[in-house]
Amino acid sequence: MDERIFKHEEKAIFSLRSLYRKYGYLPYKMSKFEEYEYYIRNKDFLISDRIITFNDTNGKLLALKPDVTLSIVKNGEDHPGCKQKVYYNENIYRISETTGQYKEIMQAGVECIGDIGMYDIFEVLSLAAQSLALISEDYILQISHLGILSAVLNDACTDRNFTQKAIRYISGKNVHDLSRLCAEYSVSADKAQMLTAFTQTYGKRDLVIAKLEALCGGSADAALLELKTLSALLDTLPHPERIVFDFSVVNNMSYYNGIVFTGFLKGISDGVLAGGQYDKLMQKLQRNSGAIGFAVYLDLLEQLSVSSAAYDVDVLLLYSENTDPELVCENVQRLIAEGKTVSAQKSIPCKLRYKTVLEI
Amino acid sequence: MLNIALPKGRLGEKVYAMFEAAGYECPSIKETNRKLIFENEEKQVRYFWVKPSDVAIYVERGAADLGVAGKDILLEYEPNVYELLDLQLGKCRMAVAAPADFHDDGERTLRVATKFTNIAANYYASIGREIDIIKLNGSIELAPILGLSNVIVDIVETGATLKENNLTVMETILPISARLIANKSSFQFHSETMEEILQSLRKQVDQR
Repeated sequence: MDERIFKHEEKAIFSLRSLYRKYGYLPYKMSKFEEYEYYIRNKDFLISDRIITFNDTNGKLLALKPDVTLSIVKNGEDHPGCKQKVYYNENIYRISETTGQYKEIMQAGVECIGDIGMYDIFEVLSLAAQSLALISEDYILQISHLGILSAVLNDACTDRNFTQKAIRYISGKNVHDLSRLCAEYSVSADKAQMLTAFTQTYGKRDLVIAKLEALCGGSADAALLELKTLSALLDTLPHPERIVFDFSVVNNMSYYNGIVFTGFLKGISDGVLAGGQYDKLMQKLQRNSGAIGFAVYLDLLEQLSVSSAAYDVDVLLLYSENTDPELVCENVQRLIAEGKTVSAQKSIPCKLRYKTVLEI
Repeated sequence: MLNIALPKGRLGEKVYAMFEAAGYECPSIKETNRKLIFENEEKQVRYFWVKPSDVAIYVERGAADLGVAGKDILLEYEPNVYELLDLQLGKCRMAVAAPADFHDDGERTLRVATKFTNIAANYYASIGREIDIIKLNGSIELAPILGLSNVIVDIVETGATLKENNLTVMETILPISARLIANKSSFQFHSETMEEILQSLRKQVDQR
């Protein structure tokens, strides 16, 4: 098969499926619809609460899936000591930030749910890095730890409003407004300095860890140890320099905890991969398991540059009303056998770009 | 090549001077012509002038790696970008203004005319005041004079325009200044150059 005809996103689907299967993740196929009420109960987990709804034949209000993780979590069961490892490739329906209209988004991803330990966190991060590498060699995977972020914020000020605003500034690497916020909430000078230094701590993992050890001073020991162990494991992966620590990665802290991450590809203006540990979501849904997963936003891969072909077809094969169809067939098959693309026409289509014309 | 979107006008010229002082000069930008894009191959930098309110869009969409936008635009459109530095240029404030004799008794829905609907909505939501927003694109000061609105939410620099139209500032919502912004994805792949520029610009701001 000629691989050139595949778009980036189509190629990615095949290679990602193959990768996830290698690590024992099983395909998860779900219904396109879910009860609307389920999403409304957990709307904060969704990027937008605007959902396409319709009535089922029995009058029940259904929704076109705006999210995959919620459906997977809802349908699973807790088995102590066990893990459910699944991958998916599904279309979801969300409001486009640019047009404000609903759009279909193709998503692939993995979820690891159950008795989650350090190896599982590493495995999912490794799959995230490998997923990015399969699409492009120019990638960066940013990892953050919400445990460290929480400890640093609590240490500075426990006011909820302060925390919400500070998180926004940290996610934007906005040190100047963060300093003003600290002054507004009477955070002491040394704590404010620590917070701004923390916001500016990102990049190479070993350097970040060294800086954090000096900065945190015992308040985030457990989380820091986890990050160190994880970093040593990540060093065993190919291109470990492409995996960095950056605390500007901040997912919704009501649902996520521990490790969260975002993946970038050169040439794509937004993160193409996002994920993290979501034990808090599991607790809200009365599940007694931990969970970690990520999604790859395949629709964004359209932004990757492709060299557009100079011609639509190699040969424009022109025939007339009187030409014997067998002769047309014979010529088309011969040209295809020669590895050429061919369009058989009775006249020259106005917008068709062709390399050569063959009249029979 | 690093793409930098500069806001057209005096602010953009001042900002370019800062980039030039940081060692990222591009002499062709000073030539008088109708070109929109200026490149310095040696320094691997490309500048372009855009409408100030469009800078954030260019940066968010990755057409520009870096840009300079007013805090008003960043708060109004909330683009998903890094806000790396307060350049302390183009200083002004976002304020509520009204005719000098206006008193908000809180009994009726407050009619607010503004270009900045998001900032106005967030401000009044934060103080729990019910409002009716009237979106205008210019000459905002006219709205309360003609009875279209009770108050306006707009940028105030010197206050001269307000004074000439018998309006006074009732409340300052927030101070505004120009900010250096970066595309989140570009930042990952040009981090060294961007850090170098950031450090130099920060030094220039501190020394001012």
